[in-house]
Amino acid sequence: MVGIVVVSHSAIVAEGVKEIAAQMAPEVNIQCAGGTFDGRIGSDADKIFKAIERAYSEDGVLVFFDLGSSRMNAEIAIELLEDYKKEKVKIVYGPLVEGTLLAAVDSSINKKLDYIKSSLENMKSKKD
Amino acid sequence: MNCEEVKGVLSKINDVLEENKLYLTELDAAIGDGDHGLNMSKGFKALVKKVAEITKDDLGEIFKASGMALLSNVGGAAGPLYGTAFLKSVAVINKKSSMDINDFINVLEISLDGIKMRGKSKEGEKTIIDALAPAIKSGKAAIKENRNEKEVLKAIEEGARKGMEETKNIIATKGRASYLGERSIGHQDPGATSLYFILKAVAESV
Repeated sequence: MVGIVVVSHSAIVAEGVKEIAAQMAPEVNIQCAGGTFDGRIGSDADKIFKAIERAYSEDGVLVFFDLGSSRMNAEIAIELLEDYKKEKVKIVYGPLVEGTLLAAVDSSINKKLDYIKSSLENMKSKKD
Repeated sequence: MNCEEVKGVLSKINDVLEENKLYLTELDAAIGDGDHGLNMSKGFKALVKKVAEITKDDLGEIFKASGMALLSNVGGAAGPLYGTAFLKSVAVINKKSSMDINDFINVLEISLDGIKMRGKSKEGEKTIIDALAPAIKSGKAAIKENRNEKEVLKAIEEGARKGMEETKNIIATKGRASYLGERSIGHQDPGATSLYFILKAVAESV
């Protein structure tokens, strides 16, 4: 199963997104990296790195983020991974809440990493 | 400039950022999330501490430790951007025990490339880049005119200052300020301003 990492400037947002997704797919490994190491609003490459390690399996990890600097820190976190892991960890440029939810459901039915990533990036919101 | 002198410059940068912490935070509060002053001060404090532990006579080690300290202590977008700048710079000064003005220009150029890459950004978007790019240009022009080291550093500072002031006229299209669109006009970019303070501290400590 593909693992998921939720990166947000706010630890509460990251936990909340995980809570929503886990309700639909409790068996999926979803890890949070919200806020900075000292509890401020922001993002933290080291925290994201550790969350990716916890979410990692051979099936790979999808990383969701909220704002631009989370994306930058997520990129750095991936660069810090061992080489064989790097190619199996991808950042998703899609909506945070719906994207994480859909990825969790897809992962729970054993869809593959690249399939989930591309379907999310082409996704139209189902909000309306 | 040898390793100990570079450490001295980094410490001077820390002092200047500390002095201007509130000013940077005020600028950031106007168009961003209001944490730039605190973030930079936290980051450079950690940087100075890390760098003091280095005993090797290798600028590469100093820059690497600096980059890692900023990455893990800043919190805002400035962490990955300044962190990347220091880490990319390792490539041009690695294993060197001293640097001259040409090395410094090379450090600034590779930092600019790193920041552009990491931020997916370019000139004219109201960011650090709008102070750094003109600083390099102005420094290179001074070298061409055979001016001495101190004058070149002053030219770099001046280039950054002009670029920083120019950011008032730019509509932000990157970062948190981009959500404000036209409302960002008239405000000076906090990232360009911290970069100016850094280059000013360098010019003053040599």
